[in-house]
Amino acid sequence: MSHIISVLVENKSGVLAKVSGLFSRRGFNIESLAVGPTDDEKISRITLAVNAEEHSIEQIVKQLYKLINVIKIQELDPSNIVERELVLIKVSADSKTRPEILEIVSIFRANIVDVAKKTLMIEITGNSKKVKALEDLLRPFGILELVRTGKIACTRGGKY
Amino acid sequence: MGKITGAQMIIKCLKEEGVKVIFGYPGGKVIPLYDALFDSDIRHILVRHEQCAAHAADGYARVTGKTGVCVATSGPGATNLVTGIANAHMDSIPIVAITGQVGTAQIGTDAFQEADITGIVAPITKHNYLVKDVEDLPGVIKEAFRIASTGRPGPVLIDIPVDITTDLIDENFKVDINLPGYKPTLKGNLKQVRMAVKKIAESRKPVIFAGGGVISSGASDILRKFVKVVKIPVITSLLGMGSFPETDQLSLKMAGMHGTKYANLAFTEADLIIAVGVRFDDRVTGKLSEFAPEADVIHIDIDPAEIGKNIKVLVPIVGDAKIVLTDLKREYEKYIEKKGIPDREEWLSRIKKLKKDYPLKYDRNSNNVKPAYVVEKIYELTKGDAIICTEVGQNQMWAAQYYKFTKPRTLVSSGGLGTMGFGLPASIGAKIGRPDKTVIDIAGDGSIQMVSQELATAVTNKIPIKIIILNNGYLGMVRQWQEFFWNRRYSQTNINNCVDFVKLVEAYGGIGFRVKQKEEVESTIKKALEINKLVLVDIWIDREENVYPMVVPGAPISKMLESK
Repeated sequence: MSHIISVLVENKSGVLAKVSGLFSRRGFNIESLAVGPTDDEKISRITLAVNAEEHSIEQIVKQLYKLINVIKIQELDPSNIVERELVLIKVSADSKTRPEILEIVSIFRANIVDVAKKTLMIEITGNSKKVKALEDLLRPFGILELVRTGKIACTRGGKY
Repeated sequence: MGKITGAQMIIKCLKEEGVKVIFGYPGGKVIPLYDALFDSDIRHILVRHEQCAAHAADGYARVTGKTGVCVATSGPGATNLVTGIANAHMDSIPIVAITGQVGTAQIGTDAFQEADITGIVAPITKHNYLVKDVEDLPGVIKEAFRIASTGRPGPVLIDIPVDITTDLIDENFKVDINLPGYKPTLKGNLKQVRMAVKKIAESRKPVIFAGGGVISSGASDILRKFVKVVKIPVITSLLGMGSFPETDQLSLKMAGMHGTKYANLAFTEADLIIAVGVRFDDRVTGKLSEFAPEADVIHIDIDPAEIGKNIKVLVPIVGDAKIVLTDLKREYEKYIEKKGIPDREEWLSRIKKLKKDYPLKYDRNSNNVKPAYVVEKIYELTKGDAIICTEVGQNQMWAAQYYKFTKPRTLVSSGGLGTMGFGLPASIGAKIGRPDKTVIDIAGDGSIQMVSQELATAVTNKIPIKIIILNNGYLGMVRQWQEFFWNRRYSQTNINNCVDFVKLVEAYGGIGFRVKQKEEVESTIKKALEINKLVLVDIWIDREENVYPMVVPGAPISKMLESK
């Protein structure tokens, strides 16, 4: 099962390596990872998507807490979060296919961020499901390149 | 305000932490540090290989409870520490390792003797630092000692580029330490403690399982007092030996692969395990699914990650063993005052019977030198009051089985990592930490050869340890497995007569004795103990003697192979 873990860490060099290293040596795979400073520049947030059993997640959270630079960990409840990832897709497009692609892009409320003679670059933000749906629709036109950020997520309401 | 170098600051900070002795080995990138050390009254023990600096610091920490310190240079010096650091990590021993590093400008260029030691030791340290500014030094050193010695103790490494040690800093420069993510839980949740009390009072067949955490938190006294009140038999892990006197009738000694059969059977029949400062290592539990099938578990540990890691726990209590046991005893006394003392006579007589029916045994009538006999003689001659260090393998298990440990911090043994070659350097550290005690390394002829250069360290620093080699000319534990499970194909385990240990120790300036006859064992050990110098006793034991009892790997601990 996929879990999203949000980890607040001290914003110091080497901390990301300590966190990611812990996952690999305890035998856990990271599906996606996003990291950046919070509103407090001394603190960074690492958002990890991990596919594992409940028991394993509990163990990995406990092990993460043992890292001295880890300040707080929250396992996010998928039903109560806003989850986003950003994807750039470069797709083949000629004068014949361009209108059709533009239509799909507009339905998805994605943006065209670059136009060239034989390509279009599309930017889409959303949860994994939405991104996947767009990706599937664009595939027949020929996806030349696809770049995605890791998932980020924030709980709804209240304060973390 | 006067300026001092980073190196002088390191020494100043170490002194503030109360460091009296450092184990180390100089090299290019720590010359400034050694120069500052030259003017200091901190004692430096020059080892002959950096691995042994880490092991010696480890041994020192185990017997004193203080944080051990070791120093090595960059590159190979630092990587040579790795086994010692991993060893301390597995057994939760507080050491601070200081390594030299190439200058900050050279880092990442594959400079001469450069190694990314903080990267290398990340999985085997509690924490580590690469210092990039001389003004970070005082804070980092303070934090390192705090982290190493508190909570669940462990090794911390500080990597210091050489230019940081020559940079100048105000001598009174001070910083507050700032560890927002480090707050070990010391006091156990009282609700959980009360729930544990109820379970204990209701239990008909409880056992206490005490580990290294009892010793490191200084909880041996309170454990004894608690046991006096609850009258529950005590099983220990290898690292927990000495936390409860093995001379007490409630002691079941060590459980597990080579533990006592009565401890293993007590686990198997118990309806409650009160586990304190243990991590249910596979060497203790055997086949997990059949471990203690009847028992609920109360698990007291300072590291929440250990609770529920290997076995299911009914009452988890995160906290320091000493504090939790104190609360547990008080609450239990209150409880039985109201509800009466539980009747467990049946269980206690069952325990008595198990101990009577399945004692540790070896062929006492044999004319050969039996290793168990040697260890028993060591116990008698030291009146159980020595610090016993061990190597790893058969020697370690015989020492654990046949010496009766009665006080905490008297067994120094590599439990988790199982590091051959640990005993000799650890005994050097132990003797420096406790010069008032007789320190004996019970060794194997294989293990000792991994570190025999440290005989020089012992002789030149006048450290009068005793080394007793149980010499069977084999890498004995591996040979035992080959005998049992690999059709007696002794592949690469016969090392018979490859070295004359008496001549070896004499070459280093120590004293050596050889014993081949049973009659000579007692008198020779006695003689060795009376000499206030490094003495090595090479005892030729029955070559194919096995360690019994033994749980077959993968089997439940109730099924043990026993000697005929």
